[in-house]
Amino acid sequence: MKNTIIPFLGKKAVRLAVLLAALAVFSFILVSVSPIDPIDAYVGASILKLSPEQREIIAQRWGLNDPPLERFLRWAGRLLQGDFGISTIFNEPVSTVIGKRFMTSFWLMALAWTISGVLGFILGLIAGTRENSPLDSVIRLYAYTMAATPTFWVGMVLLTVFSVSLGWTPVCCAWPPGLSADQATLWQRIHHLLLPAVTLSLIGVAQITMHTREKTVEAMRSDYAIFARAQGESTWGVSLRHAVRNVALPAVTLQFGSLGELFGGSVLAEQVFSYPGLGRATVEAGIRGDVPLLLGIVLFSAVFVFTGNTVADLTYLAVDPRIRTGGDKP
Amino acid sequence: MNQADAIYWKPWQWDRRTRTLAQVAACLALFTTIFLMAWLHGDHGLTTHLELRKQAPSVMHPFGTDWLGRDMLARTLKGLRISLGIGMGAAVCSSILALFLGLSAALLGRKVDTVVTWMVDAAMASPHIVLLILISFACGGGPKGIILAVTLSHWPGLTRVIRAEVLQLRTSDYIRLSARLGRSPWWIARHHLLPHVLPQFMVGLLLLFPHAILHAAGLTFLGFGMSPHTPAIGALLSESMRYLSMGLWWLAVAPGAALVVTVKAFDVLGTNVKLLLNPRTTRE
Amino acid sequence: MLHVRNLSIHFTRYALGLRKQEVRAIRCLDLDLAAGEVVAVVGQSGAGKSLLAHALLGILPSNARIEGEMIFRDEPLTPERMARLRGREIALVPQAVTYLNPLLRVGAQIARAARLSGLTRARAVEAAREALARYHLAREVGAWFPFQLSGGMVRRVLTATATVGLADLVLADEPTNGLDRETAAESLKHLRELADAGKAVLLITHDVGAALEVADRVAVFCGGVTVEVAWAGDFKRTGLLRHPYTRALWAALPANGFSLPGPSAHVIRLEGGCPYVSGCLSHGPACDAGLPDLLPADRGLVRCRHA
Repeated sequence: MKNTIIPFLGKKAVRLAVLLAALAVFSFILVSVSPIDPIDAYVGASILKLSPEQREIIAQRWGLNDPPLERFLRWAGRLLQGDFGISTIFNEPVSTVIGKRFMTSFWLMALAWTISGVLGFILGLIAGTRENSPLDSVIRLYAYTMAATPTFWVGMVLLTVFSVSLGWTPVCCAWPPGLSADQATLWQRIHHLLLPAVTLSLIGVAQITMHTREKTVEAMRSDYAIFARAQGESTWGVSLRHAVRNVALPAVTLQFGSLGELFGGSVLAEQVFSYPGLGRATVEAGIRGDVPLLLGIVLFSAVFVFTGNTVADLTYLAVDPRIRTGGDKP
Repeated sequence: MNQADAIYWKPWQWDRRTRTLAQVAACLALFTTIFLMAWLHGDHGLTTHLELRKQAPSVMHPFGTDWLGRDMLARTLKGLRISLGIGMGAAVCSSILALFLGLSAALLGRKVDTVVTWMVDAAMASPHIVLLILISFACGGGPKGIILAVTLSHWPGLTRVIRAEVLQLRTSDYIRLSARLGRSPWWIARHHLLPHVLPQFMVGLLLLFPHAILHAAGLTFLGFGMSPHTPAIGALLSESMRYLSMGLWWLAVAPGAALVVTVKAFDVLGTNVKLLLNPRTTRE
Repeated sequence: MLHVRNLSIHFTRYALGLRKQEVRAIRCLDLDLAAGEVVAVVGQSGAGKSLLAHALLGILPSNARIEGEMIFRDEPLTPERMARLRGREIALVPQAVTYLNPLLRVGAQIARAARLSGLTRARAVEAAREALARYHLAREVGAWFPFQLSGGMVRRVLTATATVGLADLVLADEPTNGLDRETAAESLKHLRELADAGKAVLLITHDVGAALEVADRVAVFCGGVTVEVAWAGDFKRTGLLRHPYTRALWAALPANGFSLPGPSAHVIRLEGGCPYVSGCLSHGPACDAGLPDLLPADRGLVRCRHA
């Protein structure tokens, strides 16, 4: 098996490099054609107070007057050395900003990912085993409706019900406003994490449920399921002994492949709950024209999604017995 | 020809087929109603009545009024019309792009195919929202930016489907036979490829609407399409955020629910059309 | 042990535009099977014969409708009864390796079949080992996955799952499909052994030659209908076969000269009267009127107005 994993990872690394390179070029071109003037966006309301000389100094410092190719090469060069530039909004290195913000988002995403994965699998299995039963119809209705619901609206409704009306959860932020990150206790963090995580989970469960259900139905209609029934296995016996095994692998693959959606959802959820994570940073970078940060996040998120997909492929390699035993017939 | 089947037809009844058709009709009716009512209302509901500020839903104002006394139902309808317009427009453009790319990949040789496949993979490498924000930023925001962003990020899925379908068709026997019998590529395309690709395209297009509308709403919510002339639902909800903590729940719940119902209707429409055109996926 | 009378199986399915259609896969099937004998159901591929096995086990898909009688050990086979008897008194030997779970080891699957047939957990594991040995499979085969088995081994494993328990009625679905002569012969030999040991074996196949090697009696299936039930010995000379379709089958056997056109070249009619129409020399207007009854003729049964 070692023989297959090493070359596999090697190929993946090459793919990632090519992908990032292409993405870098593409995004750079996009931000260059943007009509948003980075200086205006940076200075904001104080624009009236900026004299032409002051503008020129800033433009020089940021290298804005140089031709695009030169700017790209300079940026790319620094990138390869690990220097992502300085964020204009936070006045910190982009890598620091991304690092801090990602850690905040990480727990949110991890919690939502776990809940939607586990719950989604269970619901999908039940729905697929008892196909066309009333329970299946209810589960399907829930999943289909959630698929048509915007993440941010779910967040707003939850906010209204639980934070405003009932007062059980806080209205915003990752820890009580006024405290610094270190002063907040674990319980406070979890308290603030709850509602955004539930928001993301509610939507995430839907997608996983539908996929698991589809795979379960397929497994329950397969030849080996028919044979198991012919031997006297009950419906749930077929489901738990046979279908689960054959559905688990595609389910895990989907879980790891859903990191992209997860990130996207967190962007919206963090906006609703003013949660200072990476998603919120992305929005701010986009609106306030923080080009270095925006570019940094584009590349980072691509790596994030790619990692997820690679892990998904790896689990296939590791678990499928055909590949594990080398696929040779003795 | 041997077939161990005896086929006879059942008379009309209230069965799967009629139910499906009824659902399709209902969805279409809903959309027509929305557009009609939005057009009829015009700007009438947008006038401010400061004496009616912040009223909860009532018979006079089923969706309540906002902080300027404007009727929320009218605002919702207008917002829906704009959101649907943006979403549908973007979806149509995206689908046409997908059709073009999918056909090219399958018909124009291996080099083109490799390029297109790689493009599809690359486009699906980033989270959707990040790409949307990036493109939106590149266009400087505004509704045009949103349409462009949504268009440029939704084509990969449908491209894959069309490419797979045409590839499979190209290698099938009856097409090879037609080519050998001397039929021109245009004739083959029209008589053999089109009947198969068209249904897939239609269904793909219809099922793209919900995604496009939701993503467009997300973008406007985040603030990227903001302009006072286009109060799409997302923008509506974004404004309502400020008043939620004051307890004006109807400002968020009502327009959002309307959006959910509308998007779900598109979903139902797409799924049912898919059922009608490809019943092999169903079993009684 | 088993009596099937007038069995018919209908399916509802959906065509373009979601229009409902009813498809009749089996029109009128009659069969008798006693302990210790092998009865073969022989007919064209795709003629619906496999459905018979599924019908007897009660595992047809939900859009299927059954009419007619199925009587096992003097009592009718109701859905509830079939659920009780599946795997215990009636066992299936399926067609192919796809009927085994690709992610479970072979030994575990045989042991599960044994457990389902009523044995205790410990006894089931033992029985699985015994079954492997009985079919000359090494002990380590039990730890293998289905994809590692060769064609012949697959056959033996599938037969083992059916015989590891105490079933008295064994349904063998296409046991020689895709196998070479040697392996096919071996597979049939197993079935003959089962019958000699006192079980009733129903052999479903499209291969007439294979059927004749081990069967005691042959039920000929054409267009969803049993057209003749004859003793295997009658197949030695065409004169002893009564139905024109059976005669055509006989003539198409390699040993008898592969006479063309074979039976599959003829049009089989699915409605109205007798299904075997275009190749039949005795065809007359009475044949279109309705399906004749299955009546005794010499030692067997035949459904023909001109036999």
